Amino acid sequence: MTGLFVLFIYVGIFVGSFFVVTKVIDRATAKDFTSLKTVTFGDESAVRPNRIAGVLSILTIFLIWGMFTGSSLLPKFLHAPGPFVGTLEFTYTAEADGQRDDGTVTVVIYPRDSETEAPEVDPGDGFAKNDSSAIAKWRTGLVRVDANDEIKKKDGAEVVAINGQPIARGETVKIENGTVTLSDKGTPNLAPYRGWQMEPLYLPAPETVWSRTLQVVSEGFRSFTLWEHLGYSLFRVIAGFLLGALVGIPLGYAMGLSDWFRGWFDPIVEFMRPVPPLALIPLVIIWFGIGETGKIILLFLAALWIMAIASRSGVSGVNISKVHAAYSLGASKWQIMRHVIVPNSLPEIFTGARVAMGVCWGTVVAAELVAAEQGAGMMIMVASRFQNTDIVILGIILIGVIGFGIDMLMRWAERLLVPWKGKA
Amino acid sequence: MSGLSLQDISMRFDLPNGSAVQALENVSLDLKPGELMSVLGPSGCGKTTLLNIVAGFLAQTSGKLVLNDHEIHGPDAERGMVFQKGALFEWMSVRDNVGFGPSMKGMPRGEKAKIVDHLLDVVGLQDFKEKAVYELSGGMQQRVALARCLANDPDVILMDEPLGALDALTREKMQSLVLKLWKETGKTIILITHSVEEALLLGERLIVMAPRPGRIHKEYRLPFAELGVGADLREVKKHPEFGPKRDEILAMIWDMEEEIMGRTEEAS
Repeated sequence: MTGLFVLFIYVGIFVGSFFVVTKVIDRATAKDFTSLKTVTFGDESAVRPNRIAGVLSILTIFLIWGMFTGSSLLPKFLHAPGPFVGTLEFTYTAEADGQRDDGTVTVVIYPRDSETEAPEVDPGDGFAKNDSSAIAKWRTGLVRVDANDEIKKKDGAEVVAINGQPIARGETVKIENGTVTLSDKGTPNLAPYRGWQMEPLYLPAPETVWSRTLQVVSEGFRSFTLWEHLGYSLFRVIAGFLLGALVGIPLGYAMGLSDWFRGWFDPIVEFMRPVPPLALIPLVIIWFGIGETGKIILLFLAALWIMAIASRSGVSGVNISKVHAAYSLGASKWQIMRHVIVPNSLPEIFTGARVAMGVCWGTVVAAELVAAEQGAGMMIMVASRFQNTDIVILGIILIGVIGFGIDMLMRWAERLLVPWKGKA
Repeated sequence: MSGLSLQDISMRFDLPNGSAVQALENVSLDLKPGELMSVLGPSGCGKTTLLNIVAGFLAQTSGKLVLNDHEIHGPDAERGMVFQKGALFEWMSVRDNVGFGPSMKGMPRGEKAKIVDHLLDVVGLQDFKEKAVYELSGGMQQRVALARCLANDPDVILMDEPLGALDALTREKMQSLVLKLWKETGKTIILITHSVEEALLLGERLIVMAPRPGRIHKEYRLPFAELGVGADLREVKKHPEFGPKRDEILAMIWDMEEEIMGRTEEAS
């Protein structure tokens, strides 16, 4: 229900800002060549990401996050309705031996960080006495109304109405700021109004995650600093990837240059390629344990096939005219390897390396989720066991940022080192 | 005997379905040093196969190839090749592309730089020395290819439709350049082309090949290449013999194409 509401708000902001930005603000901006194209629908080159949309997109995520977590970063009027906090009253009618009597129940709903005692109330008259109780916000509570009554449930007393509305076991009655359900055993169960906000257990507010970030940065997590956790993950990825490239690239070259190698390794490579590295985790743990060796071997295997296939297709992709030209210019086999085949395959190898780094990063997190002493994956796994949702979210954000950073770095290296990519 | 000599070259290869293709049958040719020969023919007549055999990329099934008194086996720097396109090295600058052959031979830097500079002057690309080849236009790229081939000082230059991918205007300029280079360097050149006009303009000798099996159908000796050196090629085309020759060869190739079409229709 809340989810649907969030979706509506999101779509609303998406559509609303679209009209505001494109129809009102963008009208006034300067016209470059692309903006003069009249055919834009279907012309991919005319579709450029709208910068304003990008910024709004990120702001919207934080806005909705804040709205539904009651974030202190947002003004109160933007908050989704929160859970009821305060004092709540309802009356119950008990029936025993053919006679009825009313009692009032006063319940204090308190914020979780300030536990409150049930208030003192005057018991009142009749056989059904007034009661009181205290419930933490977001929680529900059984109210044992008969506990202080003169005729108790075991003596035959039965709750038959709440706030004057008749009720039977298993039924629910709405009261102000909540509902009361009569349990199967005849005890009223009070569920105060929950509101639309998420419990911090499920989704902490942005500022909670931020303060937890600062705390983890300064104090570390599980006897390792944050940088050690991330560093271990990165180290595993880089070590595994480098080993994979070190073996995979020559293997790919050999497969691209020799019948025998191609024939020998094709079945292995083609079989291993579709096996997700995650499926190898159990076997790697059985063989190598949960230490560094196992993880690096897993990542080595993740990178190996990708790099082998990338360099193989880099070799196969060389225009035969280039090789012929080099031969008739007097180049030896070794010179052709060094000056034609290797540079010609570099763009493909870089593409493969980008894919491999992405896969390795995903695999290392998964492997650390399964078993590790330290690492980004281990951090979020352990945090989730202790219901530290803020650390889980922090970990997910960091994993995303690092994955993105790796990709950016690879693209940058690619532009720098193989400027001829796509220019043949 | 110096020069290039093709003696009874035949090329026959098996297809997976069991039949065989006779790509070339008993092709014999003698080229004197410094001759420029253009090769014409309908598609599938084996001209590219012939060129690849001379270059050493394919081995003929029978016959002998002799260049300057030694038999040809495999590619070698003595036979340079200019391709239609895509044969330049994108990862090298114009200068490094042109200097590729000398570098492979291990020529000292200074000597190599002199050759490269000279050739870039000849093809008019001195200002583009440091550029990447993919930054150049198609015509400029072919000039680089010509210069790269010449830098190696080969005995024979093989050209496989080197101007085929260029626009008409650039093509005309490049034809003049080819003639100029031929005259200045005195290289033996075999040029494959699809354009009858180009074959007439550039070929001192012109052979027309016929398909199935690939063979030499007719050979001409033409005055136009000599006339075209240093002259306006548009004037050469006004030569009284030019028009009739062009029409004759066009009709000849046209007939061959018709015949191929007819045969495929019968077969289907």
